[in-house]
Parts: sequence; structure tokens; C-alpha cells
Amino acid sequence: MKSAEEIFNILKEKFPGSVTELVADKPVDPFIEASPLEIDKICTFLLESEEFKFDSLMNLSGVDDANGEKEKDEKGFDTIKGGTLSVWYHLESIELKHKITLKVSTERENPEVASVAEIWRSSDWHEREAFDLYGIKFLNHPDLRRILMPYDWEAGHPLRKDYKNPEFYQGMKVPD
Amino acid sequence: MALKTEEMILNMGPQHPSTHGVLRLELKLEGEIISDVIPHIGYLHRCFEKHAEAMTYPQVIPYTDRMDYLAAMYNEFGYALAVERLMGIEVPERVEYIRVIMGELQRIASHLVALGTYGADIGAFTPFLYCFRDREKILHLFEITCGARLLYNYIWIGGVSHDLHPDFIRLTRDFITEFKPNIKELNDLLSYNQIFIDRTANVAPLPKETAINYGITGPNLRASGVKWDLRKDDPYSVYHKFDYEIPVGSGERGKTGDCWDRYIIRVREMEESLKIIEQAIEQIPDGDVTSAIPKRVKPPVGQIYTRVENPRGELGYFIISDGSLNPYRIKVRAPSFVNLSIMGELCKGWMVADVVAILGSIDIVLGEIDR
Repeated sequence: MKSAEEIFNILKEKFPGSVTELVADKPVDPFIEASPLEIDKICTFLLESEEFKFDSLMNLSGVDDANGEKEKDEKGFDTIKGGTLSVWYHLESIELKHKITLKVSTERENPEVASVAEIWRSSDWHEREAFDLYGIKFLNHPDLRRILMPYDWEAGHPLRKDYKNPEFYQGMKVPD
Repeated sequence: MALKTEEMILNMGPQHPSTHGVLRLELKLEGEIISDVIPHIGYLHRCFEKHAEAMTYPQVIPYTDRMDYLAAMYNEFGYALAVERLMGIEVPERVEYIRVIMGELQRIASHLVALGTYGADIGAFTPFLYCFRDREKILHLFEITCGARLLYNYIWIGGVSHDLHPDFIRLTRDFITEFKPNIKELNDLLSYNQIFIDRTANVAPLPKETAINYGITGPNLRASGVKWDLRKDDPYSVYHKFDYEIPVGSGERGKTGDCWDRYIIRVREMEESLKIIEQAIEQIPDGDVTSAIPKRVKPPVGQIYTRVENPRGELGYFIISDGSLNPYRIKVRAPSFVNLSIMGELCKGWMVADVVAILGSIDIVLGEIDR
């Protein structure tokens, strides 16, 4: 069983360029920040290394950080330019009983994150959900389609903070 | 000369009685043999996560009920626990006992639906009625507690909405006495029925490693022989005070992790839940159940991932707080959502007729898959 700090130090040594920070001052879970395009390599290491054996991905979640510039359009809606979207990974080892949280941030305008779907199959649908609701593109994902919204939904990604409902979908009025 | 065949695509659902909701399975067939299954979900998508961002923390609770509507008590339990941990609230012991009793009653009610409908799915209609008869008694217990039968809004952040009804303990005792022989009845009717065993044993066994890699949790994981239950392995509430076992599958009638194993684990879990309830109603302390409910729920800036052992597996809430009255982000890790994603892998090489047996054994609730 390893603490977040021990895990961070080992990762920092192994991936000096792509593991950046350990944030442990906010309640409740400490998390490690990493680089979005290297996350698959970090995760492969976390799964395969004998001292970690993170064999299970509990949860994968997209988040809109909404830290860009906010502008009001003519109808009074906020639109956000710049800033980041994030993906959070909650890992655990069933055998060694330790947990860790990873976070990667990617540009809002061109959100690209390396997929971990081949490492933990459970992340396949979670990544599709994050793509569907936030528009985060997971590189090398085997089947990146919408999952909860209709396949022909063209009005964007609903969980972004500046999402606007379309007026019509397939000729039907969308209720407010 | 070999006969030329083409792959055929068969849509099962969205309107199909065995999909337990609105789910479409796209079956790719070579003759009778399944080469792949692609589940299409989202028909029940009600934007829970988007709604929650516009609500205050206590207002989210009725929405959590509507995710896994067969285990609403446990959804509230998990959510309340997550917000309490984020805010650092200590809950009175009586509240913890009430939550455990409700949670375990809910587990039995939920498993009864799972077992009954599983029988009905593959042709045994009688046990379905027997299961619903017993579930009705549990729903009655919930009704005298909070007035609702299915969607309770009972477990609040820091407490529960009402104390127990004065008759609750007596009625629960009566229920346990009545229900114990009924489990044996269910076993005689369905579990050890040779027709049922022939239909489910050896069908679609799920190996341990695959199950873990796919994130399968709950009874489905335990059926594959992994002794993993969050009540023991990541303890919360007062579960450490009770004495109970974690049943695991051992391939009694076929291979470990087959459909029959997934079924029988749920029967045995009901027995263990009864043990927990029996001990809890003996030990429950007195106290005020509303004293720790905060007037204003305003967690500090931070984030938390909390999980509980829902009847279907690991129910996780990932909450990000920006220090305001509304949650910044709630992501629900719904056990059925993850469990359903293994359908393709599990069905490969089996017959069309087995799809219903396999789907029923996973026990999904579409309400929490689509949220």
C-alpha cells in the first residue's frame, strides 16, 4: 500500500517531463497532474509495475474548468474562449488496496487526450461519455462515438458550461 | 463446397420485455452464433449531471432517487456520504444504523426484482410473483418510514428526514421471520430447479481478470470468484460492527462466473443482508436523527470521489465543489453502466437464445445507465 506522495515521487522519477504536480492541500483527495498526451504511458506503467498493480479504473470523468475568457453574445449567453477541459482518473489496486487520482488538462479549443481504453476496458464507455458531453477527443480510442446523446446531435457538447440548447432537433421544438 | 453465408444484424429492442427498460442491442450473427453485441443506450437520458449543476446540494437528492429506481435508498446513501465527507460532517450513530437498515432492506428488495425478473425472462413466471409478494412487504416498511414506496428523498445530508415509525422495529422483525422460509421456497422453485440450472449453468462464464479489467463490480464480480465488497474492503458507515459473510461464486453447478453463479450470489446476499438487519435492529441506539443536518450546505473548494456498495456494484459519486451552494460537477459512476459494457465480450460465441439469459444475469437498471 502506497500513499499519494510515494506514488508521485516514483512517477516523477520515471516520467520527469510529463508528471508535473501533486496537489494535496485541498479537501479531500490528493491528485497528481500529468500531461494529456503521455497519460497512456503513465497508466500502462501504473498497471504493469509490480509495486503499483493498479488493475482497476474506478471512474473516469471529464470536467469543464471554464477558466477561459467569458464573453456575452447578443442574446446574453456566455461563451468561453480559451482555457482548459480536464479529465480525472480514479485508479485503485484490488490486490494491493491503494488508490490514486490523476488529472490531465487539455486545451478547450482542441481537446486531445491519449486514450486508456486498451489499458482498462472499463474506460471505453467512460471516454465515450466524456467525448459526448464535453467534446474531448481521445486519441487511439477504438470506437469514439456519442453514447448518451443521439448520434446525430449537432448542437455541441451539453455539459460544457457555455452550452446552448438548439431551438429545433429533427424538426421538433426543443423545450427550454 | 462450403455454403456462403453473410453476417446478419438483428436489433433486439428498444422495445423488448427482457431488456428491463429501453435498451437496444445490435446483435451481429453468423447463423445462430453471436459474433458481436453492440449496446445502444441513451433512450432514458434525463441530463441528471447537467440538472445537478443548477441545484443546491440538498436539492440533488430527489434526482439521485431516479437513477437506480430499484435501489433509490442506496443512491441517496452514497450521495449523502460523499457530501458529508467533503464537508467533514459527523453523523449521529442512530442515523448510521437507520441508513444501514434501509440500505440492506433495499438490497433485498432490489435483488428480489432481479431474481424474479430473471426467472420470468427465461420462462419461469411463478417465482416472479413470489418475489414481488415479498418485495411488497419491504416497500410497505419504506412507506411507513417516509411515505413513499419507490422514490424516497429520505436520507438527507447529515441525517434522515424522519425518525423511524414506532412500529418499524416490530414490523421489520415480523418481516424477517416471514421472509426466511421464503428464501428456501425460492431455492426450491427456481435456484435448484433442474430446468433452470440447465438453462443458466455453464453459460457465459466470466473470468476474473476480464471482469476486473472491465470494471465489473458487485455480485457479478463476486460470482467470478473475487472476494471484493466495499462494505468490507473500503468500509463506510457502521458496517464494521456487524458479522456477515461475503458470498463468492465457485462454479457449483458449472463454471465459476457463469449465469447461475451470478444468480445464486444474489440469493445468498439476501441471507447476509438479513443477518445485518437482525443485528442492526438489536443494537440501534437512541438519539436525534436531524441534529447534524446543516442549515446551509456549502462545502469548501475541493473534490471527492466516494463509493458505496450498491445492490448492483460500486456506485461512485465524483463531486467537485467551487465553494458555492451548487455543485460545480457531479459525475456518477453507475455500476450498471460499467457492467453493461461487457455485453459484447460476454456474448461472443453464444447463441441468440442465450442473450436474454446473459443480460438478465448482469441485472441492469437503465435509469442509472442513462442517468
